[in-house]
Amino acid sequence: MTYITKPRLHHPTLPINKIGFTRRDYEGKISTLCAGCGHDSISAALIQACWELDIEPHRVAKLSGIGCSSKTPDYFLGSSHGFNTVHGRMPSVLTGANLANRDLIYLGISGDGDSASIGLGQFAHVMRRGVNMTYILENNGVYGLTKGQFSATADAGSKSKRGIANTEAPVDTVSLALLLGATFVARSFSGDKKQLVPLIKAALAHQGAAFIDVVSPCVAFNNHSGSTKSYDYVREHNDAVNRLDFIASREPITVDYEAGEVASVQQHDGSVLRLRKIDPGYDATDRIAAMHYIQQHQAKGEVVTGLLFVDPETEDLHAHLNTAQTPFNRLGPKELCPGRAALDKLNASLR
Amino acid sequence: MLDSANLKEGALRSTDIRIPDYFHKVVDCQWACPAHTPVPEYIRLIAAGRYDDAYMVNWTSNVFPGILGRTCDRPCEPACRRGRVEDHQAEKPEPVAICRLKRVAADNKSDIRAHLPKPAARKNGLKIACVGGGPASLTVARDLAPLGYHVKVFDQDPLAGGMIRTQIPRFRLPVEVIDEECGYVLDLGIEFRGGKRIDSMKALLSEGYDAVFVGSGAPRGRDLDIPGRKEAAKNIHIGIDWLSSVSFGHIEKIGKRVVVLGGGNTAMDCCRSSKRLGGEDVKVIVRSGYDEMKASPWEKEDATHEGIPILNYMVPMEFTHRNGSLTGVLFEKVKVEFDVQGRRKLVPTGEPNQHYECDDVLVAVGQENAFPWIEREAGIEFDDSGMPVVDKATFQSTHPKVFFGGDAAFGPKNIIWAVAHGHDAAVSIDKLLHGEDLRERPAPGVTLISQKMGIHEWSYDNDVSLDERYVVPWAEPGKLKSIKIEVELGFDPLTGFKEARRCLNCDVQTAFTASQCIECDACVDICPMDCITFTRNGDEADLRQRLNAPAKNLAQDLYVQDGLKTGRVMVKDEDVCLHCGLCAERCPTGAWDMQKFLFQMTDAGPGCRTRQRKAA
Repeated sequence: MTYITKPRLHHPTLPINKIGFTRRDYEGKISTLCAGCGHDSISAALIQACWELDIEPHRVAKLSGIGCSSKTPDYFLGSSHGFNTVHGRMPSVLTGANLANRDLIYLGISGDGDSASIGLGQFAHVMRRGVNMTYILENNGVYGLTKGQFSATADAGSKSKRGIANTEAPVDTVSLALLLGATFVARSFSGDKKQLVPLIKAALAHQGAAFIDVVSPCVAFNNHSGSTKSYDYVREHNDAVNRLDFIASREPITVDYEAGEVASVQQHDGSVLRLRKIDPGYDATDRIAAMHYIQQHQAKGEVVTGLLFVDPETEDLHAHLNTAQTPFNRLGPKELCPGRAALDKLNASLR
Repeated sequence: MLDSANLKEGALRSTDIRIPDYFHKVVDCQWACPAHTPVPEYIRLIAAGRYDDAYMVNWTSNVFPGILGRTCDRPCEPACRRGRVEDHQAEKPEPVAICRLKRVAADNKSDIRAHLPKPAARKNGLKIACVGGGPASLTVARDLAPLGYHVKVFDQDPLAGGMIRTQIPRFRLPVEVIDEECGYVLDLGIEFRGGKRIDSMKALLSEGYDAVFVGSGAPRGRDLDIPGRKEAAKNIHIGIDWLSSVSFGHIEKIGKRVVVLGGGNTAMDCCRSSKRLGGEDVKVIVRSGYDEMKASPWEKEDATHEGIPILNYMVPMEFTHRNGSLTGVLFEKVKVEFDVQGRRKLVPTGEPNQHYECDDVLVAVGQENAFPWIEREAGIEFDDSGMPVVDKATFQSTHPKVFFGGDAAFGPKNIIWAVAHGHDAAVSIDKLLHGEDLRERPAPGVTLISQKMGIHEWSYDNDVSLDERYVVPWAEPGKLKSIKIEVELGFDPLTGFKEARRCLNCDVQTAFTASQCIECDACVDICPMDCITFTRNGDEADLRQRLNAPAKNLAQDLYVQDGLKTGRVMVKDEDVCLHCGLCAERCPTGAWDMQKFLFQMTDAGPGCRTRQRKAA
């Protein structure tokens, strides 16, 4: 953390986006995390992505649980809505908020403890329900706030800062999300914003459950040799399957690609995902093949990153439940409380 | 993988921060100051209320802090980084009021005489003559006298100070300040011969001096030889001579209607002085456009502030007169045109000439040197324009024992340049008289020390103030009528403190150690100015385009370090760095550190001598 706030002064050429904001306008309070924390880089990537997408800050709701990662919504999008929930319960609160007001952009921020331990059940159900959200798991494989115990995502055999090897099997959140029906699944690395920012933009545009597992090294407790979540390890074992260029629905497509090296996926909102293939055999629209590939490569100690799976023809929870198009806050008392006669009618229809 | 891969053709090599010039350039103000005054160092001392220490930092570098704090041409301020970072925050980005802060130190100090060097206890038997008692000569005398030299300073006027005393009006610079600061120098055991004009260089040289320093200034105001000059001579005055007469009280009033010709700082002093001596309708009329005028922007503003109009693009053609009395000046109207070579020219607009009636004219159209007292056979070469041939580094003339400095060396400049020349000439004289090679100039004294006090604690105030530049208060309008009452009141201590906090501490440098870096991006993310980029190496023009924010200011260096694990390089654009230290606070490994770079010129004395350094 730092004692002084970040000065408001900025570079003279700092550009403004289509709605008149600079990137700095998307910042939040000064971070109180440890110096060098990967989470701060993820916050910076979120700021960059929202600025590039010309998102109006008041249209975003940030929800988080408990932990280092769940503190970070305070450090970006200072003018957006925020809700810091009970440990591991962010998915429920997010689901409720989404049902009440479908017009906001939902950003769920969680960590490996919050999602893979205490909140694993919530994590599973929010994915299978297809809540329209971007769920970011800031994954460092360690309990930093309690000084360095292995978390549930720590790889078997990886070593703690004291040199003790982990004996338990890891929860692989990416495979879980795929298995449970998430319609957008990616993994990235806090130290690679060129990869992470387009993934966040694509996830925000995705109209369904979008999940990004971001490996985010804990500099204080999990950045030593023997760790599989350190800057050095991830850089050495990073197996990126593709590079994503995100093209928002209203932008003209100007980049030319050579045939065969790129796969295009049009999302429901009209945005286009251009996937420059690094692994030529990888098909990001094939869920089963993706699960197979991930398992295979992780067994070799590789960290598979990139856009791993996307289902462009997705439906979200609102479509499943056939809910009203208008958010509650724009409905009047008459619609929200239609009265005795309507209730009687409904009850009668159920008898 | 690292070095060989990065040092492809054109790729930049790691910056060597051990070369003093690299970080010195980052301290824009100090780099721009001819005397290289450690500006951020004394501003921090002012903020800490240590006025005596702040004054002494100045006194060591520029000899006349109280005088310069009121009159300096302040080359430091246009260079100040603050003026480049406020772009979007203020309508008009403004540098730190460096010059007026110097005055805060001078105004609020206690008796600093105990801090000054003592007259030499033992003389070294070497005799130096300084011709002229202005800033250049006094600097030479100050640097040499404490070393044991017997220094004699000659001036035509009874008191020391030269143009400081004769040409700067009292309402800008009170006489007490001149007496005080010239006194500090003369008290070092210097023999001052006031009222003694040197008429012959040959005679002076024959008196057996070991070295002679000529700091006689640029005393002759240029005249304007147009029709009517002779006939109306009674009411036409050469600006600097007139100012000098005003200074010594020989002139106490001027006509009601005054025309000042010329657009330099002397013209500004002339018009403001006229206002105080009875001038009611005072105008400044200039050949060139407003922006091309030689006067400093603030001096033009001060004149305008006192209600004096400045009329541009008018060339004086004739002094009109009746019965031996001036009646006015006739002007031709001109405009700017560019010729085929793109050179700027003033051409007549064709409009009828304009006549301005007036009672007196002050001619301030420039100064020229004159050395009638230096015999051409004295062994000193002069060039075609009548200026002595002087070495730009050593200030030595073609006569090995004769040195020139200040306006006498290279024509009219400002006090701070005269001081810088004086320091260099003193070094040359000291080396000459110790049998050393003058061309071997002494290296500056440089220290680079970490400012880290704790995890998030620095020994400087890194919290950047967002205040806009404070305005120096002026005396109430009634007092603007007096030729003696100082117009500017100077900052009070509290305002001085707030203005001092605007300084970005550019001398506290961001130092990067690549071997410590784990490339976590924390510094990149926190940097408020987007100065830092990690990228693959390239040539400079290429890198400048590829940074997180384009580095368009080519006058500012890129700080490049390779040796990172990924084979990339760290590139920092020094241009708009706030020196807030957030990169170092966010750095988990100490790869970034904030280190104070203190750069001090080496003055005359044992430290400037080659043999002494080799023996040490």
